[in-house]
Amino acid sequence: MVEQVLFILMLAVGVGFFVRSISKIRRNIFLGRPLQINDRKPERWKTMARVALGQSKMVLRPVAGFFHILIYVGFVLINIEVLEIVLDGITGSHRMFAHYLGDFYAVAIGFFEVLAVLVMLACIVFLARRLSGSPARLSSTQLKGWANTDALLILGIELVLMTALLVMNAAEGAMPGAEVAPFLVSSRISPLFSGLNAETLHWIERLAWWFHAAGILGFLNYLPFSKHFHIVLAFPNVWYSNLEPKGKFANHQAVKREVELMMNPEAEVQSATAESELPIKFGAKDVQDLSWKQLLDAYSCTECGRCSSECPAHQTGKLLSPRKIMMDTRDRLEEVGRNIDAHGKEYSDGKSLLGDFITEEELWACTTCNACTQACPVNIDPLSIIMDLRRELVLEQSKAPGALTAMFNNVENNAAPWPFSPADRGNWRLTSH
Amino acid sequence: METQLNPIPSLAEMAAEGKVPEVVFWVGCAGSFDDRAKRVTQNIARILQHAGIQFAILGEEEACTGDPAKRAGNEFLFQMMAFQNIQVLNGYGVKKLVTGCPHCFNTIKNEYPDLGGHYEVIHHASLIQELLDSGKLSVRGGAFKGKKITFHDSCYLGRANGIYEAPRQVLEALDADLAEMKKSRAHGLCCGAGGAQMFKEAEKGKTEVNHLRAEQALETGAEIIAVGCPFCHTMMSDGVKHHNKEMEVKVMDVAEVIGHGLH
Ligand code: SF4
Ligand code: SF4
Repeated sequence: MVEQVLFILMLAVGVGFFVRSISKIRRNIFLGRPLQINDRKPERWKTMARVALGQSKMVLRPVAGFFHILIYVGFVLINIEVLEIVLDGITGSHRMFAHYLGDFYAVAIGFFEVLAVLVMLACIVFLARRLSGSPARLSSTQLKGWANTDALLILGIELVLMTALLVMNAAEGAMPGAEVAPFLVSSRISPLFSGLNAETLHWIERLAWWFHAAGILGFLNYLPFSKHFHIVLAFPNVWYSNLEPKGKFANHQAVKREVELMMNPEAEVQSATAESELPIKFGAKDVQDLSWKQLLDAYSCTECGRCSSECPAHQTGKLLSPRKIMMDTRDRLEEVGRNIDAHGKEYSDGKSLLGDFITEEELWACTTCNACTQACPVNIDPLSIIMDLRRELVLEQSKAPGALTAMFNNVENNAAPWPFSPADRGNWRLTSH
Repeated sequence: METQLNPIPSLAEMAAEGKVPEVVFWVGCAGSFDDRAKRVTQNIARILQHAGIQFAILGEEEACTGDPAKRAGNEFLFQMMAFQNIQVLNGYGVKKLVTGCPHCFNTIKNEYPDLGGHYEVIHHASLIQELLDSGKLSVRGGAFKGKKITFHDSCYLGRANGIYEAPRQVLEALDADLAEMKKSRAHGLCCGAGGAQMFKEAEKGKTEVNHLRAEQALETGAEIIAVGCPFCHTMMSDGVKHHNKEMEVKVMDVAEVIGHGLH
């Protein structure tokens, strides 16, 4: 009974905190500009099934893809056992599914144990990759500080949780007269417990059970603070991802109105009255100027660095890294969120995404090649953020590099990016060589 | 080789005679002014004439699509250019365009419709492929038979619009030996010119993008690096030069390669 109350309390606190963290993230995401995305629904579901559920882009790198799927499948299926733990904890029962499943129970648990071992194997492979510095995109030289710690922590926690699961089952199996055990894998470690009396075994089993249950709740609460949150957000993020050709950059609608007015003054009366006095921003200086989808992108980023490893600018040693663009956006958004928590919505800390986090040098190195969006396993679009910040630099702050200003002038005056006369456009017809 | 062209009318001239061309050849700024790209333009025109396609150009009435301005953050200038071009094209009732540049192709195809410009747009590599498939154009392998050619995917044809096969099929029509770079199709590496980089110095780094890409192209051992974009053309040529290979390895647009094989 005491155990039950304790468990329910722990569960309530754990879930409560999780809900609180999630609602903060939700609030932060909707600090972004409104944007309607609800077209082509069948295609969106299909894309989500293929890219998020089916991990079609993960497996393009076979080693990482394979082990990632192990962890992912293991994680999803082992949750069935977690469900049992939660129900046992609430009702005070012990392995309640055994009651319904009969002999099949041991088979099912055995299967989960095999998965647990595979998950551990994958975690070890991933730890080895990160610690050995290969691939470079995951090494501590490219992924510094908290981002690196976060990645190692996740793998470590998963290893510990899986160990707890196996120890729990092994202790169960070692108990004299155990009804539901032995299980396929944990029975191999049960001999470690030989010689212990039933009471000690019971304590070990209980301890491992509590450790596992608390660990899972703890991990759940760690998610919202970690790149591991992608296990949740990957799904909506892919659903809402861009289905248009990658080369199609949205036309800025406020600019469209202005240009129409300028070129076609008769249209003025109608459209001028139709438009409200909303302040028009042509670019993005801070996270609130980005759309909620771009902010969802930032929270969904797995920090895998596939984007940067394909980026021509990054590969040639320029400052630009699309992964950093996404991580900066998230960091800044979290900072803005904390400011709102502490000082209210109107507060400004005088900082901004552009300038304090992302520099002009990074932005101007982008070739708009879309290698990053192509590489991203969860369909994140770093390029759209780069474009919005560039537009801020050029249209709001008049800060284009000199050579680009010269190009603008040429386009405006000569209808070509070079200083040639428009009258000579057809001259290629004359030159035979 | 000599490029003999029959007279090519402008759209205005044709309209004055009350004629409407099958297709308008959108030449693009590089194709109009850059010496290397002009040769490509002449080859595209020659291919069109060879296939018996009645076409016109805009000549003085063509203006930059605005692509470099838009990608450099100057949305105003882009939309102003688009507005003007759309007025001209709609004024003539243009329905179909062939472009000599993936950037023009992408912008007119994807970004003009929302601004009132609805046209069927096709990149020259796709058009050549269609002409070969339909038998309107036939080529001889000749000089290219068995030669190792590698195709460099331009970002705005490939990833941006999913066109990977047309240029390759065009090259295969010459019985060339197509070799792929380690990064190609959807995973191709940019030449470094996109996003208005063509018009400015690159940021500080360890190396230049075109040097790296040229290295990947040279690794295939190809004698010809085929491209479908005037900017890639420039960047890859400079990259090959950087590696001191310009004597052995030529950078050619698919239109030039096909132009050679015409008979
Ligand atoms: S679009 Fe820009 S950021 Fe993305 S890979 Fe290309 S150069 Fe890098
Ligand atoms: S944006 Fe995508 S590819 Fe880049 S680090 Fe994040 S998840 Fe990985």
